[in-house]
Amino acid sequence: MQRIAALAHLELTADEQVLFTRQLADILAYAQQVQAIDTSDVPATAHVHAAQQTERSDDPRESLSTSDALGNAPDTAPDAGLFRVPRVIGG
Amino acid sequence: MLNSSARVIRDEIAAGSISAVDVCRAFLERIESVNPSLNAFNLIAADRALARAEEIDRQRAQGVSAGPLMGVPIAVKDNLCVRGMRTTASSRILERFVPPYDATAVRRMEAAGAVIVGKANCDEFAMGSSNENSAYGPVLNPWARDRTPGGSSGGSAAAVAARCVPLALGSDTGGSIRQPAAFCGVVGLKPTYGRVSRYGLLAFASSLDQIGPISSTVSDAALALSALAGPDPADATSSPQPVPDFSAALTGDVTGLRIGVPRAFVADGVDNSVRRAYDEALDTLRRAGAKLVDIDLPHAKYAIPAYYLVATAEASSNLARYDGVRYGHRTADDGHLGLQDMYRRTRDEGFGTEVKRRIMLGTYVLSAGYYDAFYLKAQQVRTLLRQDYDAVFDKTDVVAMPTTPTPPFRLGEKTDDPLQMYLADVFTVSANLVGLPAISVPCGFVTPSDGSDPSQRLPVGLQLTGRLFDEPSVLNAADAYQRLTDWHTQRPA
Repeated sequence: MQRIAALAHLELTADEQVLFTRQLADILAYAQQVQAIDTSDVPATAHVHAAQQTERSDDPRESLSTSDALGNAPDTAPDAGLFRVPRVIGG
Repeated sequence: MLNSSARVIRDEIAAGSISAVDVCRAFLERIESVNPSLNAFNLIAADRALARAEEIDRQRAQGVSAGPLMGVPIAVKDNLCVRGMRTTASSRILERFVPPYDATAVRRMEAAGAVIVGKANCDEFAMGSSNENSAYGPVLNPWARDRTPGGSSGGSAAAVAARCVPLALGSDTGGSIRQPAAFCGVVGLKPTYGRVSRYGLLAFASSLDQIGPISSTVSDAALALSALAGPDPADATSSPQPVPDFSAALTGDVTGLRIGVPRAFVADGVDNSVRRAYDEALDTLRRAGAKLVDIDLPHAKYAIPAYYLVATAEASSNLARYDGVRYGHRTADDGHLGLQDMYRRTRDEGFGTEVKRRIMLGTYVLSAGYYDAFYLKAQQVRTLLRQDYDAVFDKTDVVAMPTTPTPPFRLGEKTDDPLQMYLADVFTVSANLVGLPAISVPCGFVTPSDGSDPSQRLPVGLQLTGRLFDEPSVLNAADAYQRLTDWHTQRPA
């Protein structure tokens, strides 16, 4: 549970850890039934229209202005057009 | 006016019999009067709506041609970006987020003349089947205030049912338009995946999400779909498939329509009252000339586990962006906060329990050692389900199921058991996994099966699913059913 929380950048309370351990175990036990299906030679579907052409020519287009892009940020360096974050400590 | 369809409202405004401002005022007054007892709206944008309505009246006076939704008041689910209008996804993590751009779906509705009166409450990040997961309080079912309106588009469905708006936009990832539509006695359409651009929809599961209309009539749903549909360069998953005239498909004729009935799949776990309403609805269509065909969907029972593996995996990726850096909530910094701690605390403070649960599940499913057993397997189940439906659509035109296994359940009834809540989606998730269009249309009222309150009339819905891009058949069948019944004309007290 702690390893997964760390991967997901979530800090769970002690109560949440207990609750989720039980609930996730129940849900995964239920989801386990997909193991029983024979899926040899069955391709995976990641996208329902996989054959769709999705590329366009590499031409720049209008996007958000810098001020719009920074407009909702909690902390910015607006003149530099940057978002400001706490320093990275200990990697 | 409050009981009129979007079509009628639009036609009367276009003809000059009533002004867009008067229509807007009437619905805003209605919202003010009933919303406190429903909590269907996270935000009511009265000034902006009236300004829009005034602009529309000016345009009409100048002879500008009338858009297909001219002056129609609409509610927009709060996971759709409206430029300049607070959009929260019903989460604390976006409590003060004001989008700098419109979702394409929103832009197209406004270009057609629709007037946005507010943002509809929903389950947080569209994760839920009861609208009890909103950070801004639950939405109540207008038909029974002690019951849920369904979710995640609970606010949109309740708003239409209570006549706060004739039309609303919702989103559907596992049933989030159709199930609340069924619980609220209104129409809800999930278009084919790719039919409507997802640009500006706060993403939950990118291979499953679709935006669609909620209305009281199928005819209005067709009207809205025409405004919404079509490719968008801003959404690479939107389809170049040509957009037919959906309204022209509503002939009222279902002679020879082949309706697939998956008897084994709907045999278990369905309330008797829901089954009765479903059987009667099928009979109504049969007497109108449709042909009922027994079909089998052998892998349908695996749809729920496959869905919760795929959807949570995609959600864990999509919700990684809410990290306190570019928008949304950031945890308070005492000056000693490191970046990693900032991420964790921000997300812990900002996300509700269900969202965290799904992120955890999705992260687990994608993690090393479990990817093949869970995520990859689920994606293979999607292929098997598609093959089931391909075989079925060889001999049928639409597949009919009850939209939900039960009538609307009580607030708090399933909140302690997430798995029980997930099972409510048993009939809706397949359409998302395979990308098929599906509609829920009201098909009756039932009393609570536990006999608790025989005076309660609870709506139930009939779901019709069609081939990829065959909204015309789905809409036509649902519209024909509405012409033969009057469930959709009834209003909550």
